[in-house]
Parts: sequence; C-alpha cells; structure tokens
Amino acid sequence: MPAKVAGAGASSSSAPLTVPAPRPPVIAGTLYRGHEGMWSWVLHRITGVAIYFFLLVHILDTALVRVSPEAYNVVIESYKTPIMGLGELALVGAIGFHALNGLRIILVDFWSVGTRHQRALFWGVLGLWAVLMIGFAPRHLIHVFGG
Amino acid sequence: MTTIDAPRSSAARTRSGMNLEKWGWMYMRASGVVLVVLIFGHLFVNLVAGDGVSQIDFAFVAGKLSDPFWQVWDTLLLWLALIHGANGMRTLVNDYVTKPKVRSALHFALASSTAVLLILGTLVIYTFDPCPAGADPELIASFCSTL
Ligand code: HEM
Repeated sequence: MPAKVAGAGASSSSAPLTVPAPRPPVIAGTLYRGHEGMWSWVLHRITGVAIYFFLLVHILDTALVRVSPEAYNVVIESYKTPIMGLGELALVGAIGFHALNGLRIILVDFWSVGTRHQRALFWGVLGLWAVLMIGFAPRHLIHVFGG
Repeated sequence: MTTIDAPRSSAARTRSGMNLEKWGWMYMRASGVVLVVLIFGHLFVNLVAGDGVSQIDFAFVAGKLSDPFWQVWDTLLLWLALIHGANGMRTLVNDYVTKPKVRSALHFALASSTAVLLILGTLVIYTFDPCPAGADPELIASFCSTL
C-alpha cells in the first residue's frame, strides 16, 4: 500500500510532517485474511454452493419414482458407478464440512465465548471432519468397488 | 471507560416492524441445526447402513416412502434444505452481482425454481404409489405381492 505523503503535490512552506513508515506488505495484520477464519468462510461458501446444485438434481432424480420403477432404477444405477461413487465421497465430505462448520458459525454467533475460541473451533471442525471421513470412506468405497 | 455518543447520522434507521434480513439470518441457523440431524440420518440410512448405495432402487425407496416416519422426515429435509440453500445462494448473488437487472433476474430464478421443486418434491412424497399397477414384480417391493 502506498503511504500517503502529507502535502504532496502542493508547494507547502510548512514544516514537513513525519509520515509513519509504510507497513510491510504482509496480510497477517488484517482481521482474518489468510487465517482460519478465511478458510472457514471460503470452504463454507464453496461447499454450500456445491450441495445446493446437487440438491436440485437430487430432487429431480428422486421424482422419477413417480414416473416408473424402470425410469428410477436406470438413473439410480448411474449413482453406483465408480466415478459417481467417488463423487458421492466428495459430496459427503462437502456436506460434513458444511454441517460441522455451520455449527461452528452458530457457536461463534451465540456462545458467549465462541468468538474468542473461533480458531480452536475451526481446528475442532477439521478434526471431527477427519474422524467422519475415516469412518465413512472405507465403508462407502467397499459398497462402490466391493462388487 | 469512554462513552460513545449515539450516532446522529440522518441515515440512521429508526424503522420499526419486521426486519426480514434478520429473520433470514435466524432461519439459516435454526434450519442448520435441524438439518444436521436430518441430513446425517438420511446419509446414514441410505449410504452407510445395509449395503449402502448399492441397495438403492425403486423397491428400497418404496419401503421408505410407505412409512409415515420417512414421509415426514423427507418432507422436512426437502423444505428446510432447499429454502436454506436458496437463501444462501441469495446471499452470494447479493455479494457478487451488482447490476440490478441481473440481480433481480437471479433472485427470480432462485425463488421460482425453489417453488417448483418444493411443490414437485412434496407431491412425489405424498402421491407416491409403492406398488404401481402393472409394474414388473421383480422391480417392486416384496410387500406388494401380499396386498
Ligand atoms: C448440514 C446442516 C447445515 C448446517 C448446520 C448449515 C449451516 C449454515 C450456516 C450457519 C450458514 C451461514 C449463514 C450466514 O452466514 O448467514 C450457511 C450458509 C449456507 N448454506 Fe448451509 N447448512 C447446512 C446445510 C446446507 C445445505 C443442505 C445446503 C444446500 C442445499 C446449504 C447451503 C448453504 C449456502 C449456499 C450458504 C451460503 C454460504 C455463504 O453465505 O457463504 N447448507 N449454512
């Protein structure tokens, strides 16, 4: 950020003002940029959008039960292919993160000391998320690839 | 401790009555807490229990949707998640779209797609026939043959 120089551009006879030295170009001094809070927000937003678009498709594919057993089964078979199986793993990962981080947001908003512990809460979210995925991934991958 | 004078800005709002944005904010948090239960239950029953994704077909859905418990569960899931997601998308539109016409068009698209999918999804849950007449007996639930 360029420092503002007092009196610049105008011929001034007054004594030069001391200008504080420009801050080094690090973003560490800002509120949360580059830190846990930023990643919490970025990931919450990306996962929210991804889940939303899946939900639109998912309501439509489920509506096929009202068309015919054949129509529903044909489409749902595609959910059992390896590629879609990996997609489901990613989707559960996204929902798991959004859900846990959503609870973190609620704690920050309503719990009296939530703001003070927001950073620890984010690491808690990541920890619980890892536990969730370690539990879910092997079981799901066996369902998809285990024949 | 210093006291800060009340703001005197002429723009300070003294509106009384309902603050819709505040209720939207509350809705995101209230629905979020309920969705944690509904979504994790949904994922557990469909993707973890039994044979996971490979068990899902028309007969599996028929078994669930002929039970009032899952009808209510799925209805709540549909309404809470779709409105939560659409309202979250509204936040993104407001953050990133500055042209008023594009913004209104996207708000309209969000509202209308939400209305259509809520009606469609609700009709599917409550008009669903688990044993459609003339359907291939191989494809429908075993309890159909005892009717
Ligand atoms: C699993 C339970 C869930 C919880 C606990 C949860 C919680 C939250 C919370 C607290 C917010 C922040 C709102 C704000 O800052 O005002 C939010 C935003 C959002 N949620 Fe969820 N949510 C859940 C499920 C979902 C689902 C199923 C969808 C998609 C259909 C979704 C899509 C979104 C979107 C798009 C946003 C906006 C993101 C943003 O403003 O950056 N969420 N969620």
